[in-house]
Amino acid sequence: MSERLDRFGSVETPLVDIRGLTVSFDGVKVLHGIDLSIAAGEAVGLVGESGCGKSVTWLAALGLLPKKASITGSVRLDSTELIEAKPDVLDKVRGGRIAMIFQDPASALNPVIRLGKQVGEALALHRGLSGGAVKAEAKRLFDLVGIPDAARRLDAFPHELSGGQNQRVMIAMALAGQPDLLVADEPTTALDATIQAQILELLGDIRRETGMALVLISHDLGVISQTCDRVCVMYAGRIIETAEAVELFQQPLHPYTQGLIAALPPLEGVRRRLDPIEGNVPEPWNLPPGCAFAPRCPRHSEACDAGVPPLAMKAQGRFAACIKTAQAQSARTSEFVFA
Amino acid sequence: MSAPLLQVRNVARYYSMRRGLLGRPVDVRAVDGVSLTVERGKTLGVVGESGSGKSTTGRLALGLEKPDAGDVLFQGSALPALGTAEWRKVRARMQMIYQDPLGALDRRLSILEQVREPYDVHGIGAAKERDALAVKLLQSVGLRADQGERYPHELSGGQRQRAVIARALATKPDLLVCDEPVSALDVSIQAQVINLLVDIQQELGLGLLFISHDLKVIRQVSHRVAVMYLGRIVEEGEADLLLSTPAHPYTEALVSAAPVPGRRARPRIVLQGDPPNPAARPSGCAFHPRCHAARERCKVESPALLPLPDGRLTACHVAHDQANFLKAAS
Amino acid sequence: MLRFFFIRLGRAALTVALVVTFAFIVLRLSGDPALIIMSVDAPPEAIAAFRKAWGLDDPIWLQYLRYFSAIGQGELGQSMRDGRPAIQLVAERIPATLALTLPALALKLGIGIPAGIYAALHRDSLTDRIVMITAVAGFTIPSFVLGLVLVLIFSVQLGWLPSGGQESWRHAILPVLTLGIGGAAVLARFTRSAMLEVLGQSYIRTASAKGVPWAQVVRGHALPNAAIPTVTIVGFMVGSLIAGAVVVESVFSWPGVGRLLVVAVSNRDLAVVQCILLLVAVTMVSANLIVDLLYGVLDPRLRSGAKAGGH
Repeated sequence: MSERLDRFGSVETPLVDIRGLTVSFDGVKVLHGIDLSIAAGEAVGLVGESGCGKSVTWLAALGLLPKKASITGSVRLDSTELIEAKPDVLDKVRGGRIAMIFQDPASALNPVIRLGKQVGEALALHRGLSGGAVKAEAKRLFDLVGIPDAARRLDAFPHELSGGQNQRVMIAMALAGQPDLLVADEPTTALDATIQAQILELLGDIRRETGMALVLISHDLGVISQTCDRVCVMYAGRIIETAEAVELFQQPLHPYTQGLIAALPPLEGVRRRLDPIEGNVPEPWNLPPGCAFAPRCPRHSEACDAGVPPLAMKAQGRFAACIKTAQAQSARTSEFVFA
Repeated sequence: MSAPLLQVRNVARYYSMRRGLLGRPVDVRAVDGVSLTVERGKTLGVVGESGSGKSTTGRLALGLEKPDAGDVLFQGSALPALGTAEWRKVRARMQMIYQDPLGALDRRLSILEQVREPYDVHGIGAAKERDALAVKLLQSVGLRADQGERYPHELSGGQRQRAVIARALATKPDLLVCDEPVSALDVSIQAQVINLLVDIQQELGLGLLFISHDLKVIRQVSHRVAVMYLGRIVEEGEADLLLSTPAHPYTEALVSAAPVPGRRARPRIVLQGDPPNPAARPSGCAFHPRCHAARERCKVESPALLPLPDGRLTACHVAHDQANFLKAAS
Repeated sequence: MLRFFFIRLGRAALTVALVVTFAFIVLRLSGDPALIIMSVDAPPEAIAAFRKAWGLDDPIWLQYLRYFSAIGQGELGQSMRDGRPAIQLVAERIPATLALTLPALALKLGIGIPAGIYAALHRDSLTDRIVMITAVAGFTIPSFVLGLVLVLIFSVQLGWLPSGGQESWRHAILPVLTLGIGGAAVLARFTRSAMLEVLGQSYIRTASAKGVPWAQVVRGHALPNAAIPTVTIVGFMVGSLIAGAVVVESVFSWPGVGRLLVVAVSNRDLAVVQCILLLVAVTMVSANLIVDLLYGVLDPRLRSGAKAGGH
């Protein structure tokens, strides 16, 4: 996978190509120029703590932010530009080419509309189905995502199903338009551990069957690691490291990524005191002058405050936005390796 | 031998729940015969999914709810009745920390005022010295004196949880019940708070009842772990033993489902079916409909929580049969 | 469902009984009808005879029991003034009141709901602010002030419309406007906030994310949810069809139920007052009952017992 990344950290024939995407709310910039490309069929993880801009990136790309957000930059799907696109262009892309599912399935489904109808709406919009065909296809989708007793569940309302079942409905709804890319925004955060495992497995199965690309947005490094080929780590509105998943977790380059992994309690091996990242994530209206992570960084020096470090290639397929990280070969071997 | 700090003996808590506006009331056993012990200076982790009864167990342990059966002993004596003067006295020595620190703090009072409040309520120290005491307490949880002047919404989530911990420590408790104390926090902040709790425990010799859905967090802080499923403990034992070689199939599934970075290749056990509903408890072993090892016996006979040769307690017919077989073979 | 219905019905009956009792007590305590109707200078024998005829000499609990059992038999008493059945007096006035309140209700719904929806969809725009300022003005100005202002402008200054009476449909325009503007303002504010609340929900974003055009998101996803809280206030408006025009009828000398009530109260014409209050209580309570049932229709979460789905 990493060979496909060019020296700018982009895949060569992207399905979706995001360039210089910025978002501000009331004059406060929360996204500072995101460059990210997704190839057909690949699974990319976006990981970071709350407020880092991982969800905003995709809400902006699909025009789902409130009107007061001001957006610049470019998001291309094949040859279609999505930023400032006309509503009818966006409506065809949303759900048809790029589908999105959200964190809390109980509130993401309309409480007063039957589930079958909510899924059917997408089928009518993107597949031109009507009448009995909608119902038959909706039932097939419910079966596909593993909802037991699918025919009866079509007539149910969201409150009659558990959280995990509702997330399956959300996935069925997302699949209705046969999208090329599914953006899953914290799809399992509101679910129990065993149900989370079910949903992640389902997403993997569907990807294998349909060849659909997946962007998984999560704060949970473990979830990302289990599901994704490539990972982008975000901090304070920027991508600060990107690499193939296995490499990223074996040898994180950016001090923030290293810190995130070290802060995570391990499930096996010797228990030792955790290494937290000291301090707090800076507020978007109060960013430090240079590298946003500098005030919390154990390797911070004056040079870090001079300017924002660009996301630079450190080795084949490895990119980090840190002036302290030299080429990967000379980077210190990470102590933060977990089996 | 002195009595353990906290002993929960066979407690049960039933609710009458109505399904929908018109449904018949159903008896729901939120907690159904749970026994556990917290020793001084040690942490008992309680892990489980929604509906497992772990939070209710925490409230029962503090006497915030009255058990429908069983009893709770604090330092060997039964908890006084809720709301009495004796209860308040005992309660000062047992404190609770919740998931949402913003909800636990009063928005209209500064952090310092809130940390000082227990001193005023319980008449600890001379009135003039209480501010100084409170500042000292804030510093001990890693907050600066100037942060004490602020109001809850002016602090970050991690700082708020520190303030809650400081306030809980004001009465010099012997026991802390923590219900998902770090679940609302970001990873990097989570580690700060976990370290703080561990440090405080070592310094003050507190007993901790630590409730969480997160196995990694539970393992980090706990000496012993109890796994709950549908209102009962299904496995309990020394933390490393339990989590490295789980004996109960549910514990095994939980460990397997815990997302750990870099652990990709390992095959996962994915449990089928929904999380269980306390209002419709399956017959026999409540876990049997989702269990890969379930046998006929599991459908009819509820397994008792019994010790295995390695010392842990497990409520599983299959695990006990295996242990007996090995014993007979050797 | 039936059980739910009967519980609500029982509660409604209790509410009506309480209203009637309250009215009975207040009226008996607030003055002697004999003195007011017969006038203070009437010969004592006449007053005594009047009291006896209407049973006013009996102990108050007996009067109450008699009154209550009469209601039970559908007997609402006679006017102390002209001896006609109270129910007949009131019934005669109902059409006149409805002639004001029904068009006013249409006005409230027709202006208030669309204005609220529009304001919510164009939040913080100039139109939103204008709608909201108008709405605040509309419901803070008391209806008698608004009525007088309208009379000043359209009758006195411009001379376009009559200022009172009931001769033609033109006489109804000003009272209907007076009633409608205040209600529309309340409804606009309410609809706006209900709509804003719904538009902020996650399922609206979900609908947009699956490619539903915005107009359809609003119609198909937002409105059905925003309707749930709005039904409450509309129900209240329907419930006050009979009693909601007391002030306006007085301002415009419109011979409806409201004016009858004012006259009957000042006369201590007990049967008529009680009859009107009973009518008001019954309409209000029935409107509430309908609202409760409508909730069940609009919000599937409230009728979940019917289907044993889920876990």
